[in-house]
Amino acid sequence: MTDTLARLGRFSLDWLRALGHSAFFFVDLLRFSPAALRRFPLVLAQVNAIGNRSLIIIAASGLAVGFVLALQMYYALVTYGAAESLGLIVNLALVRELGPVVTALLFAGRAGTSLTAEIGLMKAGEQLAAMELMAIDPRARVLAPRFIGGIVSMPILALVFSAVGILGAYVVAVLLIGVDAGNFWSIMQDRVDVWRDLGNGIVKSAVFGIICTFVALYQGYETEATPEGVAHATTRTVVISSLGVLGMDFILTALMFSTP
Amino acid sequence: MSTRSTETLVGLFVLLGLAALFFLALKAANLGNFNTEATYPVSARFDNVGGLKVRAPVRSAGVTVGRVTAITLDGKTFQGVVRMDIRQGFQFPKDSSAKILTSGLLGDQYVGLEPGGAEANLAPGATITQTQSALVLENLIGQVLFNKAAEAGDAGAKK
Repeated sequence: MTDTLARLGRFSLDWLRALGHSAFFFVDLLRFSPAALRRFPLVLAQVNAIGNRSLIIIAASGLAVGFVLALQMYYALVTYGAAESLGLIVNLALVRELGPVVTALLFAGRAGTSLTAEIGLMKAGEQLAAMELMAIDPRARVLAPRFIGGIVSMPILALVFSAVGILGAYVVAVLLIGVDAGNFWSIMQDRVDVWRDLGNGIVKSAVFGIICTFVALYQGYETEATPEGVAHATTRTVVISSLGVLGMDFILTALMFSTP
Repeated sequence: MSTRSTETLVGLFVLLGLAALFFLALKAANLGNFNTEATYPVSARFDNVGGLKVRAPVRSAGVTVGRVTAITLDGKTFQGVVRMDIRQGFQFPKDSSAKILTSGLLGDQYVGLEPGGAEANLAPGATITQTQSALVLENLIGQVLFNKAAEAGDAGAKK
């Protein structure tokens, strides 16, 4: 009985400790970010590594999502003679929800894992310890530029995802199925609000960028310095950032779009 | 990779993001619909505004000439006050009337303006007095039922 209690207590304490530790780590990252911005080439290299190299998978996924949404929505909408609203539905679905969320999930898999593995191996190879010996804080030199790079890249990737998705829906709906092009665009322009829909979508993707990059960096920095440790940290990065993004998306949607 | 080519690639990346933003804002959302055009405010009082929403279109002869900007309740007369912005290019006679109409059977509600015959035009800030409220389905059904009952009562009285 006391054993069970002790185990519960240890579990809670460990959990709280990890939470507090990650909070301090987050504050450290924020503290080192201005200094990292002064070393701008480092940030640029990270935007290149995180953003540019994720572009192809993001664009391809956006196109596929646009195609499929348009096809499926068409079959449902044509029954009610509302096939022209297809563009509006695809647009709202992409800009408000799917763009930020799917981009964040892909980002966690494509960029988050590589960040965790890179930093985990740096730690395993004692490169981070070597930096500390040279009186260079690895959080300022290695982590902060990656943090900023991730936050900058995510909204751009989400915008590209939504834009490509809408173009994909245009290709399927207008060019293949034959929905009227004028109605396709004008219903969209009539009902999608720049600030409410597009603006909130961008805010969402920035928040998801912070979550994904932070989780990846934290897992990499706190990994056990062994091959298994790095492997586990990489897995945890994907699981935790995906769950974090999905949970946060629910909260943000409830805050932003609760009124019709 | 050299710094120069990294910078070029990042520049292209940011440019692509901006292009996507402009596409979404201008082509796929309402920025540039006629936000920049000059408008003048007009208000109208309705007994019932139905399901009218802010940003609903104001149409005359089916052409969109403005947008609803605010819907409030007048605390004294208990009428719904609908404020709208009409584009400067369209001037309506002073005795124009406003109706709340529905586009299609299940569509959104909008304000329909019907021009009157007066010489003077609606001044900015003017109130349209001749209005027709939104059609409320429950009232309509109630009326039909009431009429039916009255007819049946008449028929019964004549016998």
